Amino acid sequence: MTAQPHIAWFDRHDPGLEPHLGGKNTSLGILTMAGLPVPPGFAVTATAYRQAMAETGLADTLTRLVGAVDVEDLEALRTTSAEARATITGTPLPAWLAEQLDEAYETLSQRRGQPDLPVAVRSSCTSEDQPDASFAGEYDTFLWVRSPSSVREYLLRCWASLYNERAISYRRQMHYGETGLAMSVGVQQMVMPRTAGVAFTLNPLNGDRSQVAIDASWGLGEPVVSGSVTPDNFLVDKVMGQITSRVISDKAIEHVLDDHNEVVEREVEAARRTAPCLTDDEVRAVAALARRAERHYGRPQDVEWAIDPQLPDSDNVVLLQSRPETVWSRRKREVAEASADTFSSIVHNLLHPSGTQTVHLH
Amino acid sequence: MPDRFPSPFEVVTPTGAEGWEELYGYSTVFSEDRRELEESMFWFMDGVHTPEAIEPWDATVLDFALTFLGQYTTRHYVIPPALGVDIRYLNGHMYLSPVPVTDPAEIEARVPEFAERAGYYFANWPTLYDAWMTKIKGVIAELESIDFQPLPHREDMSVITEGRGVGSGQLMMFEYDKLVQLTARLWAHHFEFLNLGYAAYLDFFGFCKQLWPSIPDQAIAKMVAGIDVDLFRPDEELKKLAQLAVDLGVDTRITGDAAATLAAMDADEHGKQWAAAWDDAHHPWFNFSSGSGFYHSDKVWAEYPDIPMDFIKSYVAKLGRGESLARPVEAIAAERDRIVAEYSELIDDDENRATFEGKLGLARVVFPYVENHNFYVEHWGMSQVWGKMRQLGQLLTDAGFFGTADDIFLLRRNEVPDAIFDYFHGWAVGVPPRGPAYWGREIPRRQGIMQALRSWSAPPALGVPPEVITEPFSVMLWGVTSDSVKAWLGGSDNPDGTLTGFAASPGVAEGPARVILGAEGISELQEGEILVAPLTAPSWAPVFGKIAATVTDVGGIMSHAAIVCREYGLPAVTGTAFGTKNIKTGQRLRVDGNTGQVTVLD
Repeated sequence: MTAQPHIAWFDRHDPGLEPHLGGKNTSLGILTMAGLPVPPGFAVTATAYRQAMAETGLADTLTRLVGAVDVEDLEALRTTSAEARATITGTPLPAWLAEQLDEAYETLSQRRGQPDLPVAVRSSCTSEDQPDASFAGEYDTFLWVRSPSSVREYLLRCWASLYNERAISYRRQMHYGETGLAMSVGVQQMVMPRTAGVAFTLNPLNGDRSQVAIDASWGLGEPVVSGSVTPDNFLVDKVMGQITSRVISDKAIEHVLDDHNEVVEREVEAARRTAPCLTDDEVRAVAALARRAERHYGRPQDVEWAIDPQLPDSDNVVLLQSRPETVWSRRKREVAEASADTFSSIVHNLLHPSGTQTVHLH
Repeated sequence: MPDRFPSPFEVVTPTGAEGWEELYGYSTVFSEDRRELEESMFWFMDGVHTPEAIEPWDATVLDFALTFLGQYTTRHYVIPPALGVDIRYLNGHMYLSPVPVTDPAEIEARVPEFAERAGYYFANWPTLYDAWMTKIKGVIAELESIDFQPLPHREDMSVITEGRGVGSGQLMMFEYDKLVQLTARLWAHHFEFLNLGYAAYLDFFGFCKQLWPSIPDQAIAKMVAGIDVDLFRPDEELKKLAQLAVDLGVDTRITGDAAATLAAMDADEHGKQWAAAWDDAHHPWFNFSSGSGFYHSDKVWAEYPDIPMDFIKSYVAKLGRGESLARPVEAIAAERDRIVAEYSELIDDDENRATFEGKLGLARVVFPYVENHNFYVEHWGMSQVWGKMRQLGQLLTDAGFFGTADDIFLLRRNEVPDAIFDYFHGWAVGVPPRGPAYWGREIPRRQGIMQALRSWSAPPALGVPPEVITEPFSVMLWGVTSDSVKAWLGGSDNPDGTLTGFAASPGVAEGPARVILGAEGISELQEGEILVAPLTAPSWAPVFGKIAATVTDVGGIMSHAAIVCREYGLPAVTGTAFGTKNIKTGQRLRVDGNTGQVTVLD
């Protein structure tokens, strides 16, 4: 064993471990330490993955298997990918890791006072969330996982998602090698939200940094992220706190738990479909939370949030993820050339008056 | 949809208004002499300042205002794309036509001159503004010193012993000349800084809109707005008087009747102390009018003390309910600092942040003028102009020329010297003047004409609109854009029960509408109602304590209604164009001051 830990709790985040946590888990640790309302949890580090893969001998097997495949041959790609994944999920975890994982899950359940605490098991690849590598969301996430054995099973399935077809061909396309791959996995208490969604700390239509844009829909946030539902959309002014735009959509579907505690997609009943899924106070609370994340990082963020119905109304927004906004952040805000020189820009305004610039003569 | 407005030459004189043209200067009515030119221009009505027919002497003020606006643009600062704004009266209503510079080469050639001239004002603004304050107070002091007294039976002996040689009649003529000249100077100074101030403000405004396309207009206004603004002082004085009355225990004596209140105050020392404070507040803060300052009929507090007394009464009632009247100056300043700091924090690069700070700095340097000139010119100065004219009118009424003092406003400014001469001449020669017979016939005829003109429904514009409105002052000062012209042509059709205007003050409110067409109606407003008015004046401030929201026909985000509503935290939508036409008192409205939408809910 090395000195590198295999389990890293969000609330004891150690910046030195960040290369082994992946973007998502790093961010959850940082946000937790910053006092933001992140549901509790821990990461199974990339060190654990590497060590397990080395010990079981799978690392070499997989490199050989996948390194040889012709990604242009879709049939071959599909077969190889399936084989690689089955190899991972078919190999039990080494005993030391199973033990540590069971113990961490047990601790988390005890802390929340609920045996078999429902958790989300999420891939947190060590490169996917970097601003320049838009490969987010390509790896698997599993919701409402509720026992030590299931946690183990889904940990393996997260690892296996490193070998899904898209991931393999993406690596080849980008000329990334097959050696040295690693994945961290987050295990985090799961809330079953009344409403969830995403928030950008700028207006994605025009890059306006004075606004927070919120997409929200009923139930879990996944349909909002994947685009399978048209969410309600709100724009909130960061400084003045006003909600400057509200678009209430027909939200046809939601992801919720069924009677067997399975996450299912179902149709939203008529009355709720076109009703706003957030109150104005909640809209402002989501915006404020997104703004806190942005302030903490000092740059625009793209966050996932949820309304936890178990928490009191005034304090019920939780932060599930925050990552740097990548589209507008790479651009410099272009202002008219003449702007910096007050005189030229006064002349410019006189020559090109705009209808919004009306003041009144007394 | 028609593509043009009526030509001024197609407009018919309303029955009973025949001969109205003679009531205005020959150069400011449409005529065959300049028909070709006048038909080639696009004219719009200034609903912000002069929504109603204008009496002949009142046109003096508009003539001067527009002349000096033009003079500064054309001859002093050489604004590159604009000359002045031309003015015509049609059926007693004022129409304006901004004159653009259209030749790009000429615009280009004007830029360096503008830079040199306007640049000098920007660079030396604080010094020049201090000088302005001295000048304007000097003009007002001279106005205050004007005095029209009836001509004496005999000249005083001192005229003889001092060998003056000049008599009272002549002095009266000089005094009127002085009044006209001082009125002109008042308006010259009004425009000395105004358009430059707006230009600098709009530069900051435009830069903020580039950085944050969705920034609410009122956020920009709040960053620039002054904390200590003379325009708010009159209202502050009333609040102070209300608080003093409560502190002295004399508040129960305050009724809406100023004379009765002051009589009741005379009963004891505390009352006298309060009455002294009331007197102290008069100069200059009760030189405050209920209107835009452009009509002699605007009621000035100093002359109608029931108006401020009634406001004090409502403030006393607020104090009685435990509400605070104090304007939280520190909190307002802290909020302004917070807004600036947070926007500044949102700027990514140092270069833009430095530009932002520079432009904000200039906007704040120029803004006190933009906010305060209104008190000095439109309120204090114009209160004096109207008051002195009324004094002269009363004198001529006593001499049998007029039925009431206000009849003098039915004379053009250049007719008044004739009337004074008539009075003077009769007095000098020792014969009766012609005035009582002449004006005894003429005044009723003119009253008939004005009545017919007042009930005329003036079109919003005249002539063929340009395809695109690019003239900067049409847009900047009057909010006349290609879109508003289109809306005027489309009429007031409002099928879905909504109106759109400027989102002038944030918040959403619902309540019953109260349509108020003038200052005399504001006492009808009930708690929780939504004020719907053509525009509001600063002196209406005390009613903002009880209403739920404001909707105006005209005005932008810097209009009085907008400024006062932001101050009081009420939603406001300004510049809806058809608010008072389409909304009926009693209808339930939703006013969304965030989006500028007004919805009729019934």
